[in-house]
Amino acid sequence: MSAATRLRIPQAMADAILTQARAEYPNEACGVIIGRDGIAERLKPMFNAAASPTFYEFDPKDLLALHREVDDNDEEIIVIYHSHTETEAYPSRTDISYAGEPGAHYVLVSTREEIAPATEFRSYRIIDGVVTEELVEFIL
Amino acid sequence: MSATVEVRIPTILRPFTKEQKLVSATGVDLAAVIADLDAQYPGLADRLLENGALRRFINIYVNDEDVRFIGSLTAQLKSGDSITILPAVAGG
Repeated sequence: MSAATRLRIPQAMADAILTQARAEYPNEACGVIIGRDGIAERLKPMFNAAASPTFYEFDPKDLLALHREVDDNDEEIIVIYHSHTETEAYPSRTDISYAGEPGAHYVLVSTREEIAPATEFRSYRIIDGVVTEELVEFIL
Repeated sequence: MSATVEVRIPTILRPFTKEQKLVSATGVDLAAVIADLDAQYPGLADRLLENGALRRFINIYVNDEDVRFIGSLTAQLKSGDSITILPAVAGG
């Protein structure tokens, strides 16, 4: 599997992630984008079982159901996203230590107040503890 | 009685299993199955265990059950059970 150097994402999906992040503020919001052949096809917001402003975690039961769904449909998890509510959209040390999907784009959005009403939407590969930022291309 | 189970390996651990997604292992409980996996695929146990317990950021399921609710490493197995290993999706 070759790591793509950019993420192509429909603008409407990016907007929906930011809307979710604002709705779940002050807690971190999280979810995935599912697709095939590296193409982002559908957004699936996930429940943040940690319900915290500084941590997110998919519920283990939800995680199993997600993988079953993706496998059954011959799909893949293209993006794993979450929001930072007080800090920039860059992977935290915790994000890096937990990152367990070398094939996924890790998207971080930031809704921190100091840049409001602007937001940040950035994407990374996180492989073996190494973070590589990539271009994000918003498409129709 | 030792059980023969199938084990689903997540992407991040497939370098240990020669990229196989589904492997077979035997053992009466999860600890024994992990030991058998490590004998077949050296180094795998260290990615699942820390100080003799399941790592915090690894989820293991027997069929549909999170093993943390059925005894963790002492979860009893029967032949035909399906074990799924998934890295937690979490962060800060």
